[in-house]
Amino acid sequence: MAVGLVIVSHSARLAEGVVELAAQMTHGAVRLAAAGGMDDGGIGTSLARVTQAIASADSGDGVVALIDLGSAALIAEMALESLDAEQRAHVRLSGGPLVEGAILAAVEASVGSPLDEVLATAESARSLEKLKR
Amino acid sequence: MTPDRTCVLAWLRRSAAALHEQRDYLTSLDAAIGDADHGINMDRGFTAVLDKLPTVAEADVGTILKTVGATLVSTVGGASGPLYGTAFLRAGTALAGRQELRPVDALAGFEAAYEGIVARGKAQRGEKTMLDAFGPALDALRAAIEAKQPFANALRAAADAAQAGALATTPMMATKGRASYLGQRSIGHQDPGATSLALFFQMMTDGK
Repeated sequence: MAVGLVIVSHSARLAEGVVELAAQMTHGAVRLAAAGGMDDGGIGTSLARVTQAIASADSGDGVVALIDLGSAALIAEMALESLDAEQRAHVRLSGGPLVEGAILAAVEASVGSPLDEVLATAESARSLEKLKR
Repeated sequence: MTPDRTCVLAWLRRSAAALHEQRDYLTSLDAAIGDADHGINMDRGFTAVLDKLPTVAEADVGTILKTVGATLVSTVGGASGPLYGTAFLRAGTALAGRQELRPVDALAGFEAAYEGIVARGKAQRGEKTMLDAFGPALDALRAAIEAKQPFANALRAAADAAQAGALATTPMMATKGRASYLGQRSIGHQDPGATSLALFFQMMTDGK
């Protein structure tokens, strides 16, 4: 199908909002999974939510996970370690900007690009200029 | 007396009670330089740990500590979850199958926990984090054990060093963790993670 994306955020609404924006660009061609907040509705990152989101975003072509802030990386790394070696081999973490990275990566994935190309596109969002000066 | 698994369980219960009691204090430290949730998160995590302890009441020290680690990872929510979680998981692995802890065993457990935090956080001492309490505590513990001091004295020395280390984070500028977003403005505030870390060592010397 296509590389899937997981949006890891401390906030459930932020993760869902990024998924909403990315989905508008991909029209169902890419699996997008939000992993935000804690089970009790609080702010935080949940290992179980990230692990489940990776499973639901994976159609067999791999998954790129994007994170909102540095501390989300700790849980995302633990989620990766909890996967078996075969699954882990096709999951990548991106430290690229959450919103722009997700949208660029979603578009890249929707045209059928392979995993590492989708990851590189998410990372490339760092240099995206929003304001032309 | 050699500390055994029941001592570890009692220490975890005392720590949970202390975190609950210090919840607002830890959160107020975090409000100054972070996201104002450290006390809330640690209390939530250790409330879940208390719920889990009956399931490991008969287990070995390694199993108890691994259960604590897994519980923290899934319930704390902030960065402390994976950091303390990894520390307890690594200590549990180092102490698998143990019913009793000789001083060298305890030292090995703490060393594994410390290395776990270093690896997970990609952190080192001097960055205004929990390692700035843990590092001095570990040094003091190791020195006392190597000098063949009584274990209770070694724990006292470690607790004092952890407390001094936590206080010494105040003039530091944070370069890791959420407080690093504040840069220079993080100077002048005691680090909440170092403070909770010192509390765990304090609880090894209290209430016995």
